Amino acid sequence: MKPKTDPQLAFLISINVLILLCAAILSRGAFIDSYNLQSMAAQVPELGLLAIGVMLAMSSGNGGIDLSGTALANLSGVASALLVSAFLSADADPWAFTVAFVAVAMLVGLLGGVLNGLLIAHLGLTPILCTLGTQMLFTGVAVVLSGGVSVRVGSAGPLMEIANGLVCGVPISFVIFCVISLLIGMTLKFSPFGIQLFLMGTNAKAARYSGFALSRILIRTYGMCGVLAGVVAVLIASRNVNVKWDYGQSYLLIAILITVMAGVKTEGGYGRMICIFLSATALQLLSSMFNFLDASNFIRDFAWGMLLLIFLATMRYDLKSLFIRTTSIPTSSVQRPPASTNHS
Amino acid sequence: MSCANSLSVDGGGEFTFRSRVKKRLDNRPELFTLFLIVALSVFVGSVNRDFLQVSTFFDLARSSTVIGLFALGVFVILAAGGIDLSFTAIAALSMYSVTKLVVSYFPEAPMLLVFLAAASGGALLGLINGLLVHGLKAPSMIVTIGTQYLFRGFLLSFVGTVWVLSLPDKMEAFGKIALFSFVSKQGTHAMLPAFVLILVFASLLTWWILNRTLIGKAIFAIGGSLPIAERLGYNVRAVHIFIFTYTGALAGIAGMIHVCSNRLANPFDLVGSEIDVIAAVVLGGARITGGTGTVPGTLLGVVLVVLINNVLIMAGVPSTWQRVIVGAFILLAGALFLLRRKR
Repeated sequence: MKPKTDPQLAFLISINVLILLCAAILSRGAFIDSYNLQSMAAQVPELGLLAIGVMLAMSSGNGGIDLSGTALANLSGVASALLVSAFLSADADPWAFTVAFVAVAMLVGLLGGVLNGLLIAHLGLTPILCTLGTQMLFTGVAVVLSGGVSVRVGSAGPLMEIANGLVCGVPISFVIFCVISLLIGMTLKFSPFGIQLFLMGTNAKAARYSGFALSRILIRTYGMCGVLAGVVAVLIASRNVNVKWDYGQSYLLIAILITVMAGVKTEGGYGRMICIFLSATALQLLSSMFNFLDASNFIRDFAWGMLLLIFLATMRYDLKSLFIRTTSIPTSSVQRPPASTNHS
Repeated sequence: MSCANSLSVDGGGEFTFRSRVKKRLDNRPELFTLFLIVALSVFVGSVNRDFLQVSTFFDLARSSTVIGLFALGVFVILAAGGIDLSFTAIAALSMYSVTKLVVSYFPEAPMLLVFLAAASGGALLGLINGLLVHGLKAPSMIVTIGTQYLFRGFLLSFVGTVWVLSLPDKMEAFGKIALFSFVSKQGTHAMLPAFVLILVFASLLTWWILNRTLIGKAIFAIGGSLPIAERLGYNVRAVHIFIFTYTGALAGIAGMIHVCSNRLANPFDLVGSEIDVIAAVVLGGARITGGTGTVPGTLLGVVLVVLINNVLIMAGVPSTWQRVIVGAFILLAGALFLLRRKR
């Protein structure tokens, strides 16, 4: 990393520490005992992974967004639970069951993501419209498959271990989340794919004339979102034993909130994995603090909505000026024309 | 706008049936929606004779009113290149608060006042949306996801979570006013509620605003291309504020009709149905990137979605399939409307 400090990163670190301190003081230390920290760490991955998906889609620019992540995760869970239970018994062969469940869930996720990518890249559907349609489609297929009721995933030992087990005191799901963030972060930063993705998000027209295979990048990006949704499906199944088509109704908002808080540019071309990570942990800390304060779910919804708007505002009015005195004052009040205006 | 061009360019060539159909579809994408409606009705009608009854039509009209009012508002925002996900939360907050106020302080309130209060409550919340979307310069979808949670969280944490079951007499009576009513051969009572007229009036008003006023021109111009409209001197701020306020007002009215029609005010209602409404508007031929669409098309889209949600079950299609079908139709319509532009 360049020696210059990223104000967003500094901000996220300080907000994490601040919430942790506040909560610890308010709860008289109960907040930072190892049990609570473990349970918080076990809850971050689902939302964090969905947020990475949203970030990937946003980075591709041209209004890119993935609204179908939660729906795809639910579909993967339902489909995998039904398919694998039909062939394998969770009690007789727990390891085979777990491996098959994870494989099918990720495969369904990949297929769903690639479908999104194909529709956007080859048919030219707007990402909003496409993922809105597939969100309904995925949810619908999950409803049809499960008949609208929750599906029990067999209680195979290794599968349950994923969300509930610990490695050296750290929840396994959290380790998975860290590994995946690291992998994707490295891919984005060092591989040609990652660099091309961000360049395409910055200026699709220039990327096209530079000879980037735009459709392939798009399909890969949305495919990655899909695989992430598949991983989320495994975590959900492991944590709740049951999977259902309407699980996690407010996940979409929170995933978007995490990405916005992480400073990912909504118009594409910029996003840092470390910021997503810290932003996810900050939200989890805040959410647990609400739990400690006995706040209702509705208050939490209210707070999430408010936070999202506040962070949009801070993006607009430039966070940097709060931390570092910059000599050049941004004067771009006129909107830049969007990168791609090839409507015909 | 593009219809004049395509006519003059393609005109004079061979007029095969295919090319004529294609051309009609180019200019009027809602014809495709109409085709789907007719095909669906013929299908359901042939499977189940009960469909071909006046009472079914009355039921459809009743179900279309609330979603239709929502759709008109969403269409206006979509035409200007934005998107709104908070209108159901606006409707819920406005209808529940106004109902609660009327019940506890002014049970004798005339209906006009009740509707005015609901509309202005909705308009106020819409105004907040408009100011935020313009001021934050962020995608309207992300802003309105935020306000959706804000409004709904506010409603459920500070206003109330209890159903209001006993409405004032006037509101109760309003939901029962019939435009037509008769007793069918099977002995069931069928009636066309008078509040359908509100949708008719709102459609005419929306059509008039979009096609006969300067702000309508500005809405389509901004939806077509924001930078160009800005350079042409259109007041983007005024348009943003207008469209969101207008949609908020329509949502408030829709929420109040929902209360009168169901004879109870449930604060948990409505939120969650926004995706159906957006589906209806998109199926009606409005492009999600803005600049296109018509009021009749939007209404056809509403009819199509209401048909799928209410009538398919009469043909023996299980209700679990509704989402799959609406989702598939969105993708299909989106792809079709795109292909016609690509040629």
